[in-house]
Amino acid sequence: MGSMKEIFNSLLLKELLKGMSVTGKYFFARKITVQYPEEKTPQSFRFRGLHALRRYPNGEERCIACKLCEAICPAMAITIEAEPRDDGSRRTTRYDIDLTKCIFCGFCEEACPVDAVVETRVFEYHGEKRGDLYYTKQMLLANGDRYEDQIAQDRQTDAPYR
Amino acid sequence: MDALMNFGQGIFGGVWPAVWTLIKIVLIVAPLMLGVAYLTLAERKVIGFMQVRIGPNRVGPWGLIQPIADGLKLLFKEIIIPGRSSKGIFLIAPMLSIAPALAAWAVVPFTDTLVLANIDASLLYIMAITSIGVYGVILSGWASNSKYAFLGAMRSAAQMVSYEIAMGFSLICVLMVSNSLNLVEIVNIQDKGRFADWGLSFLSWNWLPLFPMFIVYLISGTAELNRAPFDVAEGESEIVAGFHIEYSGMAFALFFLAEYANMILVAALTSIMFLGGWLSPVGFLPDGIVWLLAKMSFVLFLFLWFRATFPRYRYDQLMRLGWKVFVPICLVWLVVVGVWMMSPFTIWN
Repeated sequence: MGSMKEIFNSLLLKELLKGMSVTGKYFFARKITVQYPEEKTPQSFRFRGLHALRRYPNGEERCIACKLCEAICPAMAITIEAEPRDDGSRRTTRYDIDLTKCIFCGFCEEACPVDAVVETRVFEYHGEKRGDLYYTKQMLLANGDRYEDQIAQDRQTDAPYR
Repeated sequence: MDALMNFGQGIFGGVWPAVWTLIKIVLIVAPLMLGVAYLTLAERKVIGFMQVRIGPNRVGPWGLIQPIADGLKLLFKEIIIPGRSSKGIFLIAPMLSIAPALAAWAVVPFTDTLVLANIDASLLYIMAITSIGVYGVILSGWASNSKYAFLGAMRSAAQMVSYEIAMGFSLICVLMVSNSLNLVEIVNIQDKGRFADWGLSFLSWNWLPLFPMFIVYLISGTAELNRAPFDVAEGESEIVAGFHIEYSGMAFALFFLAEYANMILVAALTSIMFLGGWLSPVGFLPDGIVWLLAKMSFVLFLFLWFRATFPRYRYDQLMRLGWKVFVPICLVWLVVVGVWMMSPFTIWN
């Protein structure tokens, strides 16, 4: 009896019509496409985009060359070389992030004891030839200078949850 | 019209009939190609809409230039011929696939006078020509010398042969009730009947009395076209692209054109056999090509709708549907229609 019913239902294409009614309904539904360059989806303040090296308000760079970020980086994208500066403080002579290796996990930022390396909200950057995405210390510091306001604001927003 | 004929006769003399036929062919093929181009856009738009997206909208207003951009892209691409393929057949296959798709249009009537060749066995001609299309698929799969292409070709060959039977049977019912193989006749006969006399001719069309056959034809038509959910010949997720995997550039474009030209052809045939061709659905509106185009658009929309809705059939399910479901249904309904026609309750006389 049950199988007869099944045969009857399949001959009447019941399930197929049900499926088509679903797609038919969505044909008239409001479209959710975001027209990207003109429209953008909201971003979290924890967004992990382009990296930056920050400075203290007096202009001194934060990074103390502890190499924790280099150690934790799962993609081994960070290369650091360091030696004492003339005033005796420990600073990096080289701080490179290879963004083609980077997986944007944010571990470097979490490892940093002085909040020096951070990931900004910027994700609209590109390289036009090989090596363009290899960011050196100067470039990272420049990023930090450029986006400092946004970076500071995002860290402050996030502070209560830390 | 006569003036045009005389003018042509004056300029071309004896070859005028050939030139005139050529002009008529261009008049059919050019709009067809345009239709194919915009069918691809319509497909992307419709499927996009059903997936709550908006589809292509960047090239021109509402993406209207998109098909032309696609065409240009394909035109400028290199045609790669695999080193171990059999080159002659490899290049002939796309042509073998597009030629029948276009040749079948020779007998398709757009109105009762607007038809390139109004031959008596036009239904038979259509069946014969569309069957040749499978050679393009088989030869391309064979000549590519690639396992995916070969698998696709084998699948497609078995599938198209199986569904041709169901398709043929459903058309036998149509020609039984119309008592003719001529497509113009088949349409004209649908204008007769009780409902047509009441001015509701859309209820007199073949789709209602032959409803199961209409469904069978529609589904086996989809299978014949290798369209989703019967697209096992291409089966992107299993055999990459099936028979045309090794093709690129214009050679690939020819397969693409053939597939979509065939889609439009099956839509036209469905409209003609079951949906009353150019006949208007109600008595007070005039008949005309507009109705045929509207019905074709409807059937084409159904094809796109199927594709947006159904997942692909497994190959054994596909074969089971063809042989163990459609063929028996067709055979039963063939008898039913035969008895119906001979009984006192007949609506065809």
